Amino acid sequence: MAVLNDEQVMLRDMAREWADNEQPVAAFRKLRNAAPSEGYDREAWSTIGQMGWAGIVVPEEYGGSAFGYLSLGLVVEQLGRNLVASPLASTAVAAGAIILGEDEAVKAEWLPRIAAGEVVATLAIDEGPHHGGVAASITRVGNGRLTGTKQFVAEGDGAQLFVVSAQDGMYLVAGDEGVTRSSRRMADSRSHAEVRFEDAPAVRLGGPELAGKVVDRAAAITAAEMLGMAEQAFAMTNDYLKTRVQFGQKLSTFQALQHRMARMLTELELMRSVVEAALEAIDAGRSDVDQAVSLAKAVAGETLRLVSRETVQLHGGIGMTDEHDAGFYLKRSAVLEAMWGNAAYHRERFARLNGY
Amino acid sequence: MATAADQQADPLERFRQEARAWLAENFPPSLRGKDNAMSAVEGPGDQSEDEARWQQAMGAKGWGVPTWPKQYGGGGLSRAEARVLQEEMARAGAWNPIGGMGVMMFGPTLLEYGSEEQKLEHIPRIADGTVRWCQGYSEPGAGSDLAALQMFAEDAGDHYVVNGQKTWTSGGQWADKCFALVRTDRSHKHAGISFLLIDMDSPGVEVKPIRLISGASPFCETFFTDVKVPKRNLVGREGQGWEIGTRLLQHERTSLSGGGSTGRMMGGEPISAVAKKYRGVDAEGRLDDADLRMRLVRHEMDARAFALTLRRAALEAKSNAGPSAASSIMKNVGARVTQDRAELAVEIMGMQGLGWEGEGFTEAELTQTRTWLWGKAVSIYGGSTEIQNNVIAKRILGMTEAG
Repeated sequence: MAVLNDEQVMLRDMAREWADNEQPVAAFRKLRNAAPSEGYDREAWSTIGQMGWAGIVVPEEYGGSAFGYLSLGLVVEQLGRNLVASPLASTAVAAGAIILGEDEAVKAEWLPRIAAGEVVATLAIDEGPHHGGVAASITRVGNGRLTGTKQFVAEGDGAQLFVVSAQDGMYLVAGDEGVTRSSRRMADSRSHAEVRFEDAPAVRLGGPELAGKVVDRAAAITAAEMLGMAEQAFAMTNDYLKTRVQFGQKLSTFQALQHRMARMLTELELMRSVVEAALEAIDAGRSDVDQAVSLAKAVAGETLRLVSRETVQLHGGIGMTDEHDAGFYLKRSAVLEAMWGNAAYHRERFARLNGY
Repeated sequence: MATAADQQADPLERFRQEARAWLAENFPPSLRGKDNAMSAVEGPGDQSEDEARWQQAMGAKGWGVPTWPKQYGGGGLSRAEARVLQEEMARAGAWNPIGGMGVMMFGPTLLEYGSEEQKLEHIPRIADGTVRWCQGYSEPGAGSDLAALQMFAEDAGDHYVVNGQKTWTSGGQWADKCFALVRTDRSHKHAGISFLLIDMDSPGVEVKPIRLISGASPFCETFFTDVKVPKRNLVGREGQGWEIGTRLLQHERTSLSGGGSTGRMMGGEPISAVAKKYRGVDAEGRLDDADLRMRLVRHEMDARAFALTLRRAALEAKSNAGPSAASSIMKNVGARVTQDRAELAVEIMGMQGLGWEGEGFTEAELTQTRTWLWGKAVSIYGGSTEIQNNVIAKRILGMTEAG
C-alpha cells in the first residue's frame, strides 16, 4: 500500500464503507436485470456527486478537491471491488483531459459542473475493437465541426460530454447536436456505445500529444478498478474455500489449493505496487508516466485474468452459475483487459519505451 | 506389386465405397457443415425436415453408434471401419445426428453392466436417438466428493421409493430418462451406492434449470419426491453403483476430452485466418501483433500435441476393452486447449468478441462470447481438473495422501 496522507485514508475508507453498505454486488445484479438505458445507477451516481468524487482530480478553483490520481484510483478501486456501475472513472478521466487542455473557457464552463456530479463525461478515442488497433484515427475537424465514428465508448449511452480524439488533436463535444449513439450490449452488462459524430460542434482542447497523456490516465484508473476487482474476487474465493466441505474437510485444508491461493496473493501484491506506482507517477508529473502505465496495465491484465479465472474454477459448479457473482468478475475483467490496450499491447509499448 | 497391407486394406476399401454411396444417397446436402456444436448446451432446437430425415436414416443404419453391436441397433462396425466412416462423413460434410449422454456415457456402460433385458430395452432407442438420457450424479453436498451422495432409494418390495435432490443434471429438462446414483444403504459410503434408471416423467420428479454465466441452462436441479422406480431398473447389483458409476465417468472423460483437438474456431475457420482478419498483418503478411502471434502458435502446438495423443491413445486402446486411467489426462488437456482457444479468440476479436446481444455484433461473434463463457465449465463438470489430477496422482502415479 502506498503511503497515504490522512485525507487519502479517509477518502478510501469512506468509499469502501459506502460501496459495502450501499452498493454491494447485489446492487449491480439488480441493475443488470433492470437494464436501464443509461447503463448506470442514477441514484448511486447522484450520491457520488454529492461526495465530490467526480471532482477528485479537478483543481480547487473549479470546485474540485485536487487530490490527484492516486486518490481517484483509491475510490475507483473500492467501487471496483463491488462492481459498482457508475460513470465515475470515465467522467473523472474526461475531466482530466479538460484540465490538461488549453481552453480556459471550457474549464470554467464544465469543470465545476463535473466536480458537482451534474454531468457524465467520457472519452471517445478508439475507432475499432482494439485500442490503438490497425485503423488509425480518421476523425477530422473543420470549421469547429467534428466528424468521425468512435467504437465501444464507455458510458456512451448516457454521457453528455465527449472528449474526442481526431487526426490533429483532442476536442470536446457537448450536447446532442450531430451526435448519434448506438448501444453495444456487452458481456459485462455495462454501458458501451458506438458514437457517431457528424459535423458536431467541437472545441479544441489540445494536440495529439494530449491524447497520449489522457489515455495513460484512463489506463491507470482502469488498472485501479481491476485491482479492486481482483482483490475482492480473491477474498470471495478465500472465504469459499474456508467454508465448502468435501471429502469430510474444508477445501482450504488441501495443500494444492493453498498453494494456488498463495500464488495469487503474491501476484496481487505485485499488482498493487505497479498500479499505485503508475498513479503516483501521474501525480508527480514524472516524465516516465508512459512506461509506468504500461507496466501497470500489463500486470493488472495478467493478474486479474488469473484471479478471475481461478475464482470461477475454485468455486466449482456454483461458480459457473449466473446466480453466483463469480461470472460478473470474469465478464467485466475481459472488457477492462481489452480497454485502453491489453497486456500484449502494453508489453509491446513497454518494450519500445525501454529500447527492446 | 501388391503388398500384404494392400490386400488387408481391400475389404476396408470396399467398405469405403459402400459408405460413400450410402452417404451420397442419404445425407441431405442442405445440411452440409450445419452441425450445431452448441446444441448440447443450448438444447435441442426444432428439427428441420432434412434434419429429421437424416437422424432417421442414421438411426436405422446404426451408424450413429458405429461400433455398437448390431443386435442392439448399433452399426456393428470394426474400429477400422468406423474410422473409414468418419473420414467419409467428413469428406461429405456430414455429421453425426445421434449423440448425447446416452451415446457418450450411458450406452457403453449399460452394454458392459446391463442385463440382456435392459440392453434390449434401452440401447436401440439410444442408437436411433429417440430417447434422451440425463445424468443424476452430483448433489448439492456431493460434487467433487461424489460418494457423499444422499439421495435415497428405499426398498418397497417390487419397487424402490426414491427421495432426494440431484444437481448439475445435464439436459434434465430435455431428457426422457435419467441414469442416477442413489444410496440404498446408509452404513457404507461407497458400497451403499446403487445405479438406478429413472423415468423423468414419473410422478414426483421436478426439474429446475440452472442459468449459467453464458446465459444458457444446460444443467438442472432435479428434485425427487416419493418417486416409484421398478426394481428391473436397477443396473447390476445393489451396492455395485459406485463401480458402475465410475466406469461411466471414464467414458465421460474420454468423450469430454475430444472437444479441443483442432486449431479452428466456430464456423470452421482456422484461428490464424480469423486473427489476421481482426488484427491485420505486417509487411511480410504475418500477424501484426508479434506477442499474440507467438501465443497463438504455442496454442496451436499444444492442440496438435493433444490431437496426436488422442490418436496414440486410440491406437493403444485397440487391444484393451475400454478407456483407461489415461482418460483423466485427456480430459484435463482437452479442457485446457478448449479454454485457451476461447481466451485467444476473445483477445483476437477485442471488444468485438465480448458482445452479449443486439446490434453491432455478428452471429459468430455473439456465439464466440457464449463459447468462451461456457468453456469455463469444461474444467469443472465431469470431474474437475483438480479431481482428475487426484486420479492421475493416485491411480497412475501411486501417490498416497499425507497423514
